[in-house]
This record gives sequence, structure tokens and C-alpha cells, in this order.
Amino acid sequence: MARGSDRGAAPAGIGRYLTYRGGEGMVAWAFHRASGIGVWAFIILHVFDIWLIGANPEAYDFLGAIYSSPPGRLMETLLGAALFYHALNGMRIVVMDFWPALTAYHRALWRIVWITFFAIGLPGAYIILKPIWEVAR
Amino acid sequence: MSGRYSRSGRPRPVGSRVDLYVWYAVRISSLALFVLALAHFAMTHFVYDPADQSAEWVRQMRWSSVTLRALDWGMLMAVLVHGFLGMRTVLQDYVPSRLRRVALGILYALALALFVLGTQVVLTLKIG
Repeated sequence: MARGSDRGAAPAGIGRYLTYRGGEGMVAWAFHRASGIGVWAFIILHVFDIWLIGANPEAYDFLGAIYSSPPGRLMETLLGAALFYHALNGMRIVVMDFWPALTAYHRALWRIVWITFFAIGLPGAYIILKPIWEVAR
Repeated sequence: MSGRYSRSGRPRPVGSRVDLYVWYAVRISSLALFVLALAHFAMTHFVYDPADQSAEWVRQMRWSSVTLRALDWGMLMAVLVHGFLGMRTVLQDYVPSRLRRVALGILYALALALFVLGTQVVLTLKIG
């Protein structure tokens, strides 16, 4: 097996029912799938709302008001997190799929994903959520 | 061995030619989306704010030229390839085989509907 693929013993107790193979790879896969399905569901709504710009602009503006409301901004922050994680981990997958030798560094790539996620994601979340406090004041 | 989900993504399919093309299509479209979708999210949330982007604003600013519309339409194409082929894999994993044809049929019909809606608004919304 490649370097860095030490998996360790199977988890005991309840953890074993929540675990498929375990380790970073399982978490990465589960998050990737969940975030992918979430973004896909939003795309269906989003293509429809953009279509409304032509078909019914008032309805689009009504939806836009929901998007920019405080609950809407929370949802957008979650959407951004799902999109950004999916994009970063997706690049990690592409790198290892096209250059299998780099699978040896999967753990370093995994750390880079999360460092980038928070370094850019936290300021981004602040920008999206900031108007909530301005409205509350 | 590498034939698993555990480290990288779904292993490169060897049995089916269609599955192999899908495997490549998802990865190649992901490269376009990494740039287009992240830039799109940054534009709509960091550069501008959702509160500023009325239907009229989109028509006059975001979609003021054919180039901007073509870019967004190209992103839609990459999204349809990536999102719907990704969901094909998800459905194949979870839907029992006797329902799989129906589920995939609904999935592809949905993709066609989004193609029609997205293409229609890009082409027909009045410019300027």
C-alpha cells in the first residue's frame, strides 16, 4: 500500500456504526457527497429564480428579498461553505486521481483544504453576515 | 489497493466505457467550475451584496453584454455536466436497481428542464 495509508484499528463501540473504513478519507468523502447534493439542490432553485428575471421580475425581486434577509444570509453562508469545501476537496481528489503518486501526501492535502477553507471562508462569512448586525442596530 | 473511495475519489472505472467518460467529464468540468463558480459566488456575495441585485440590475449590469451572458451560460453547461453526472453516481449508489431507470430518467429530464429555462432567459432577456 502507498505511504500514508495507515488506517489503524476499526473503531470500537458506537463509532463503528458511523464509520466506513474510517480516517480522513471517509470524512472527506461524506462531506463531499453531502455538500455536492446540497449545492445541486440549490442549483435547481437558482436556475429557476434566474429564469424568473425574464418571466416574472417581481417574483425574482421577492425571492431576492428573502435571500438578503437574516435567515437567507445564514443559508447563503452555509451554501458558500458547502460550495467552497466541495471545490477545495474536489481539487484534492483531482490531484490524487491524475497524479496517484501524490496520494502519499493525502493527509497534507487534507490539511491544506481545511486551512484554506477557514482562512478564506471566515472573512467571507463575516462579509455575508455583517448586514444582519447593521440591520439589528 | 486503490480501488476504493477512501483516499482519492471514485476509482477510475475499468469495466464500462460510459462510466469512464462520465468519470473524466466530472473531473474536467470541475476544473472550469473551480474558477467560474467560485468567482461567481465571490462576485454575488463579496463584491456586490444580494440586497443590490434586483431583476433590473441583473438585466442592466450583470447581463449587459453578450460576453457576460455567454460566460454565465458556459457556467450553466459545466454545472449541468458536473452536477447531474455527479447525481447519477449518487443515485446509482442508493436507488434499488428496479427503480434505477426511472430515477435516472427523472434526473435527466430535470437537467433538460434547467437547460431550457437557463438558455431561454439568457437568450431572450432584453439587452440594455
